[in-house]
Amino acid sequence: MHELANSVTLTVNDISVTVAAGTTVAAAMLIAGVSTRRSVIGEPRGPLCGMGICFECRATIDGVPHQKSCQILCADGMMVRTL
Amino acid sequence: MSESWDVVVVGAGIVGAACALECASRGMRTAVIEGRGIGSGATAAGMGHIVVMDDSPAQLALTHYSQTLWQELSKSLPADVEYERCGTLWVACDEEEMQEVRHKSAVYAAAGVATEILDGQMLAEAEPHLRKPLAGALLVPSDAVLYPPCAAGYLMREALRLGAQLFTRKVHSAKAGVVRLDDGTELRATRIVIASGADACDLIPELPIRKRKGHLVITDRYPGFVRHQLVELGYLKSAHSVTSDSVAFNVQPRKTGQILIGSSRQFGAETPEVNDRILASMVERAQWYIPEIGGLSAIRIWTGFRAATPDKLPLIGPWPEDESLFLAAGHEGLGITTSLGTARLLVDHMMGTKTRIPIEPYMPVRFARSVADA
Repeated sequence: MHELANSVTLTVNDISVTVAAGTTVAAAMLIAGVSTRRSVIGEPRGPLCGMGICFECRATIDGVPHQKSCQILCADGMMVRTL
Repeated sequence: MSESWDVVVVGAGIVGAACALECASRGMRTAVIEGRGIGSGATAAGMGHIVVMDDSPAQLALTHYSQTLWQELSKSLPADVEYERCGTLWVACDEEEMQEVRHKSAVYAAAGVATEILDGQMLAEAEPHLRKPLAGALLVPSDAVLYPPCAAGYLMREALRLGAQLFTRKVHSAKAGVVRLDDGTELRATRIVIASGADACDLIPELPIRKRKGHLVITDRYPGFVRHQLVELGYLKSAHSVTSDSVAFNVQPRKTGQILIGSSRQFGAETPEVNDRILASMVERAQWYIPEIGGLSAIRIWTGFRAATPDKLPLIGPWPEDESLFLAAGHEGLGITTSLGTARLLVDHMMGTKTRIPIEPYMPVRFARSVADA
């Protein structure tokens, strides 16, 4: 794969993902093919509104749970987990 | 035209639903009247604990009896009731409170309730997010939590399955064997059970029930953040100071992973708005015990009204001023726990069956007499 000039590499549920700088964590999670969180009854959830309103995109980012992944940009070394 | 019933239950909160199920399961022709939703009053506003409490011997007897009934029922409860036997930890800050832990343990043991005494280190292992150091705690493993509106819904569905009928109307009056609804319908009943909490005063104005406001906060899901219901040992002191507003540390893990944070008590505040001052002192209290709780995300804050009586015991049994009227109201903060015991006691008493525990401490006549003697 072509190496991006301005890329960052982060870890999503133990999967290493390299994305263009400026990519949201929600997008990186979609690229990694994982859900952002699971509902009370265990159903996978993903970003719905993409603008910080619906709270469906929450994930644990660098150890902090319930972060809105569509409002946070990826950074090198970031650790992201499905909630 | 009026219909005739063995029992008409007024109110389908958890207490009314439990009474309806008890009546229907004994073959009585049962009607239930609820003007709003099932379990939509104090039932929906409360925390939902199934706890043994020992403010008085009568409170201990009723909460313990009720808890054993919940344990029997727990196998039948659907998943949405979220029943979980997480146990309660009564948290002691210092050696003086540890003495209280030992005393409480002895009181519970005498009533047949098993407990364990934890020292400070055992407590820190059981609940790593609690502040350190703390002196210890009393663990009551039999205590549980559930989601009250769904519990009331389940009890009501069971009552309906056994033949009870639900009328979604407001009650205009209930006396002398007749319940009149707001649309003019009249239901004739051999017995009328008033189970409408603080609203019972609308039907029987002389009842000594007052509204006692409470605030609650619920967080997003943080599974495992706390594992037991946590209550400060000074809870009964602050919960039952009847003269002033008070807050006490009481936190619960919900089966969803959410954390429910309480509690506050206010008399004389009868409007539902959130009081910032009370809320702040309630959250500060929780944060003193669990420093990291401030880092959690709260998703909802609300208030509700407990139906409080002057002696902190519910009104269960006949109302002496009208031989058709029976009461199952005034459960203050323990209605979820004591709903099942209330229903069993009341219906046993109505049927002339021997009650499992003495009903006398809860009989409404204790207040009717004081009114008459005054």
